[in-house]
Amino acid sequence: MWRRRAGRYGFNVFCVAAFVFLLAPILVIVPLSFNAEPYFTFTEGMLRLDPEAYSLRWYRSVVEDQEWSRALLNSLVIGSAATLLATTLGTLAALGLSSPAMPGRALITALLISPMVTPIIIVAVGVFFFYSSLGLGQTHAGLILAHAALGAPFVVITVTATLAGFDRSLLRAAASLGAGPLRRFFRIQLPLISPGVFSGGLFAFAASFDEVVVVLFMGGLEQRTIPRQMWSGIREEISPAILAVAVFLIIFAVAALITVDWLRRRSTTQGP
Amino acid sequence: MSASAPGWRIDGAIDEPARVKKLTRMRSRLPAGLAAFSLVLPLLAFISLSFIAPLGALLGKSAYQPQVANILPQTMQALDQWAGVGLPPEAAFAALAKELPKARAERTLVRVGGPVNRLRGGMRSVLTRTARTLEKTAAADGSWSKTLVDIHPAWAEPGTWLAIKQAGARFTIRHYLQALDLEQRQDGSIGQRPEELRIYTPLMWRTLLVSLGVTLLCLAIGYPIAYMIATAPPRRGHLLLLMVLVPFWTSLLVRTTSWIVLLQRQGVINSLLVSLGLTPDSGRLEMIYNMTGSFVAMTHVLLPFMVLPLYSVMRAIPPSYMAAAASLGASPVQAFTRVYLPQTMPGIGAGALLVFILAIGFYITPALVGGRTGQLISGMIAYHVQTSLNWGLAAALSSILLLAVIGLYLLYSRVLGIERLSLG
Repeated sequence: MWRRRAGRYGFNVFCVAAFVFLLAPILVIVPLSFNAEPYFTFTEGMLRLDPEAYSLRWYRSVVEDQEWSRALLNSLVIGSAATLLATTLGTLAALGLSSPAMPGRALITALLISPMVTPIIIVAVGVFFFYSSLGLGQTHAGLILAHAALGAPFVVITVTATLAGFDRSLLRAAASLGAGPLRRFFRIQLPLISPGVFSGGLFAFAASFDEVVVVLFMGGLEQRTIPRQMWSGIREEISPAILAVAVFLIIFAVAALITVDWLRRRSTTQGP
Repeated sequence: MSASAPGWRIDGAIDEPARVKKLTRMRSRLPAGLAAFSLVLPLLAFISLSFIAPLGALLGKSAYQPQVANILPQTMQALDQWAGVGLPPEAAFAALAKELPKARAERTLVRVGGPVNRLRGGMRSVLTRTARTLEKTAAADGSWSKTLVDIHPAWAEPGTWLAIKQAGARFTIRHYLQALDLEQRQDGSIGQRPEELRIYTPLMWRTLLVSLGVTLLCLAIGYPIAYMIATAPPRRGHLLLLMVLVPFWTSLLVRTTSWIVLLQRQGVINSLLVSLGLTPDSGRLEMIYNMTGSFVAMTHVLLPFMVLPLYSVMRAIPPSYMAAAASLGASPVQAFTRVYLPQTMPGIGAGALLVFILAIGFYITPALVGGRTGQLISGMIAYHVQTSLNWGLAAALSSILLLAVIGLYLLYSRVLGIERLSLG
């Protein structure tokens, strides 16, 4: 009996350690971003909880910095446009893929999902050469197209998963009551699958919002996004200002996660 | 519709009732199939143009390289006749003497210099000097060969001309040979380069080994976590799942920054060790900007991709199976290895393949925390695109990496079904 209890105890300790490994690196950023000194580590004052050792100076420097605000604007513009494109095309494709009559489903699905698993460096290099030859290098349009391709698989996956729980007899019922195909889609199907569409869109936005390698290769100074700015921050002039930005990104991540979780629960409780 | 479908005969004729049935089935299904396909078509077209086409063009670059041939067309034509023994005919000298200054004037000479220089060191400066001098010189007594040799003795060596001829070939397997550390010997046979000159195959092995190590580590950490989440009471399980998803959603750059903050010489862990007196101030651990840094940060980034597929499989295993095994006298270890573990195999397969696929193509994390010794194949591709400008080699390395990923991806979709890929 004691052996089993020891085993259980060891298992729990291991799991707690694993969760610490997962979360501690992210959490450690938060207090450090309030560091009054330009260091990446805890100062003695911080450990003594001396209020003098904490400050908002890095947040202030980020908010006042023109480059960061332009990066935020770029990220938002590129992210929203790419999300709109990916969500529209991805939802349509998921509707087609969920139809029992869809020919060649496995192959086409594999093709549509492929941007998600292709090494990002290959995507970036390929897109850089190809788009530059079309005159789309160093443009917002080029980045939007590339990011939409990278985000679309997420939409296809989430919407297909939502459609799997969709009761198609509702469509037949609507048809028998005289609703045309468009009306059936917009009044019946879309509202019911909207949680899946919305989370897919959020995934696509997050994918673009976090993408750095394509921007690194293809974007110019005018297309610097937040991750691109962080990349320079890490590689060139290390300043705790990037920790302040990191905290902002962590908040975004947690908000996105909670939203997707809420949408998922909504779609499973409402579904048939 | 395969040939073995009922109603089809070997000779291709169709017996009557089956044909009617088949036709009606096609008539009723074709419009639906067409409607479904027309919904998929926009995204398919979009992905093909914005994603597949660039990849195709990149792969093309690995074997097709028209630049030099386009800039020096007449020289290449003149060298066509030349077998590579002795010096080329006078026509080649004359053509080159005409085309080099022209390329310099059009600022395309660098595009010749790079490829030729890679085949024969020092050629960049030979070309530049020759082009610059030729702008001011006429042919001495009508012989271009004498003029060129006077400008630079390199033009009297057959090797120089061989390099130009090879660089000017539109189609080449040279980049693939180089990417695989092979070389073409004088007699035309292909063999491995001397061991000390091999760069890319050791890097590929390193990439595979690191990916394998990261995959195993993720499995070792992820399996217990997934088990704990799957067997916890619903509310707590849900909370734990969200805790796994926080890193999944957090920006890759943020997570990489975190590891720099934790692991660097003046970082949190080293400061902690020093202040606890465990390591002397002079003996701070080198945990980042090397392979350790790449390894730790990659494991952290990829762990959620292991936990999620494992969790979704474990959730479906009824706890009564383990209880049944125990009631039949199995020890906990037996019950686990004989009853539980086999049922989680699909999850292990899915998680491991996914983590491995993502690991072999990893770029951002090794580039930021790998330093010089922690680079993987992706870093080499970036280097040849950005720094050495050897795009053909970068394309060849890319296509080798892509081939590996496609192979694993097909395995994944055949064995596990790509539709089942879930996002937690």
